[in-house]
Amino acid sequence: MKYMLKKITTLIITLLLVSVVTFVAFSVIPGDPALAKLGTYATPERVEALREEMGLNKSLPERYIDWLQGAVHGDFGESYQYAGVPVSELINQRLQVTAILAVMSFIIILVIAIPMGIVSARKEGTWIDVFINLFTQVTMAIPAFFLGMVLTYFFGLTLKFFQPGKFVMPQENLGACIRYLIFPAVAIAIPKIAMVVKFLRNSVLSEVKKDYVRTAYSKGNRTKKVLYIHVFQNALIPVITFIAMVAAEILAGSIVVEQVFSVTGMGRLLVTAISNRDYPIVQAVVLYITVIVIVINFIVDILYQFVDPRVRTE
Amino acid sequence: MKKRTNKILLSVMTLVVTAALCACGGGKGDESSAESKNSSETTTTEAESTAEGTAVKGGEVTVGIAQDLDSLDPHKMVYAGTKEVLFNVFEGLVKPDKSGDLVPAVASEYEVSEDAKVYTFTLRDGITFHDGSAVTAEDVKYSIERYAEIQGEGSAFSIMDSVEIVDEKTVKVNLTEGNSEFLANLTLAILPQSNEANFETQPIGTGPFKFVSFTPGQSLVVEAYEGYWNPELPYLDKVTFKIVADTDTAVTELQAGTLDVWQYLTDDQVATLTSGFNILQGNVNYVQALFLNNSFEPFQDVRVRQAMNYAVDKDQINEMLFGGKSHIIGTNMIPAFSKYYNEETETVYTRDVEKAKELLAEAGYPDGFDLVIRVPDNYKPHESTAEIIVENLKEVGINATIELMEFSSWVEKVYSGREFEATIVAVDGTLSPGSWLEKNPSDGPKNFTNYNNAEFDETYKAALATVDDEEKVELYKKCQMILAEDAASVYIQDAANLVAVNEKLDGYVFYPCAAQDMSGVHFVE
Repeated sequence: MKYMLKKITTLIITLLLVSVVTFVAFSVIPGDPALAKLGTYATPERVEALREEMGLNKSLPERYIDWLQGAVHGDFGESYQYAGVPVSELINQRLQVTAILAVMSFIIILVIAIPMGIVSARKEGTWIDVFINLFTQVTMAIPAFFLGMVLTYFFGLTLKFFQPGKFVMPQENLGACIRYLIFPAVAIAIPKIAMVVKFLRNSVLSEVKKDYVRTAYSKGNRTKKVLYIHVFQNALIPVITFIAMVAAEILAGSIVVEQVFSVTGMGRLLVTAISNRDYPIVQAVVLYITVIVIVINFIVDILYQFVDPRVRTE
Repeated sequence: MKKRTNKILLSVMTLVVTAALCACGGGKGDESSAESKNSSETTTTEAESTAEGTAVKGGEVTVGIAQDLDSLDPHKMVYAGTKEVLFNVFEGLVKPDKSGDLVPAVASEYEVSEDAKVYTFTLRDGITFHDGSAVTAEDVKYSIERYAEIQGEGSAFSIMDSVEIVDEKTVKVNLTEGNSEFLANLTLAILPQSNEANFETQPIGTGPFKFVSFTPGQSLVVEAYEGYWNPELPYLDKVTFKIVADTDTAVTELQAGTLDVWQYLTDDQVATLTSGFNILQGNVNYVQALFLNNSFEPFQDVRVRQAMNYAVDKDQINEMLFGGKSHIIGTNMIPAFSKYYNEETETVYTRDVEKAKELLAEAGYPDGFDLVIRVPDNYKPHESTAEIIVENLKEVGINATIELMEFSSWVEKVYSGREFEATIVAVDGTLSPGSWLEKNPSDGPKNFTNYNNAEFDETYKAALATVDDEEKVELYKKCQMILAEDAASVYIQDAANLVAVNEKLDGYVFYPCAAQDMSGVHFVE
């Protein structure tokens, strides 16, 4: 309980800090949102009118406090770019898309990487291991957006498994949405699979050489049992940390891959919002991502307690 | 990062090309199929598509657009990309046709008084908004006044005195001074006052298509308006304008059949669209130039500005970026305004490195000088243009460097703040020829290059005021020539606009202004 309380306090402080930093950062970097919107049509009166509409005529601390009051109640204000549309509405639609995409690629990573890593470690030095090594070496070096382009070309244009650009929002048709997201998810997953496999393999192999394994063998255990009961449990600890990092990276990866596949998720929203200086959106998206990353870390901390008794006693 | 993306793109292209070559070498069968593809190869045609057959009513089309809409309120929108799209939904009292002439729309006829001070409009009989309600004289008055207020004091509407309702079918626009070009401003959208609360979310107009839905960052959907005043239009039932942020993604989506129409293709991209599309060629209707800050010390001397004009190789830029398909210009006007455009300005300067060096030496810069060119990053061809110009200038001894800026910072520093030495950008204008030259009067609010020439100021003022058409043409041509000879800036080109249109479609036309008119587009059988 005390542990939970501590974690939640950290979460709130981190969020406050992040929001202050993004707020300040965006007022320091050049580029006025009103000017960005009016472009070469910017006359002093029009800029002034628009700045007032956007609430930019107030001082920075005032603006921050206004924003904070709204944010506490879940109201992130209105977008500058899309007048009259609440930020939370824009984000909620897209969050679903990115969440589906991230979960799909995460599942693909786990389902493929964990068995591959174990097999590769068990069969160390055999042709299977060599093959897996080769596979991971190659795929690890390919960035997700490039894979996205290759997948679009082969599966989209040549084999016609999906129609590039024909993305459907989950609210309209969830099945069609998931079907379209398979290839983007694969594009995100492949480089990450390679990393997880390599990490798991090394982790297992370094555990195998430890004394407790020799003891386990000398007590008459069979290879499989030693591996799955003793080694695997220990080997998993660093891997969990790594997978948590991967989860955060999936979010970053989806930003790029969404562009390649024309998926309207958080990534697209964030990129356009930054170039339009649409602060309310940027601010809210950054906070959402912060929350997600912190929550993932939180879950990892809890998982540790299950897997590693040494953490529990502390 | 950008460089790397390009490299990777290049390698993909290589991969694709290799794959294509392999397929061709695969056997007799493949070869013949490749040949038949070649025979049906995409044809580049001027201005209009040439699909044969009879026009059919109905059908749905998806048009790709590169930029998200900045507003659904036609009085507030500023992006050219938004104007192009909403051209289908809204109309003014008059609207441009494909040659840029203003034709009656919401009004069925209009009259301009002798002194060009009073514009009288008669509303079209039975014209209705998309919600079915009739367009009233009050709506017209309301729309004009609202638009004028939003545009602000410095705008063309500063000379508008009042909007007068004569009777329920007649509206008069009174000006404080004569202006024979004011009609172009009355292309502003006529909106129903009753819909005031929903202008940004559920817009209603009088155009051939009515608004259905807008999903930010994704698409705008419009449907044919059954009650449109011209019963023959539109042909299509539904048009989806799909936002595709990345041009390479757009090409993929064209190939996949997701998009039917896409503008602003590069020459390389056209080469990859081997079948299924007609490639139409028009112009972007922008003046792309290397704008010189006339207050920057070296550029205060006309000889240095002329040297810049002799140094820049416009043909090379056109060739490398647009395969030679752009229109090279020499002044701040687009050739599409054929009536006013002064063709002679194109040949005032031809590339001459020696002459440029001479002029620089005369002006006291025998060893050149350092120059920073600020380039906004929102349009790739500007960057490439800058790179070529840097090389050109090196030959005459000017040491230029490029400073890439995000568009919003560019607007703030360069356009509004006038803090720059030289910049590359494209500027637009409206359907009034004067709007193309309004960035040059010395006291004009839009004179971001700090240009100062008394002769130009006088000629421009006289051109705006005159009501005599012939005299107006003469004066505007003179204005353009002054800009060219005085080397106000280095005017480069009105770039080519290559558009891919699904070969099943016909009726796509180019406008000399921001408009992508879908009302005449139809399927053929």
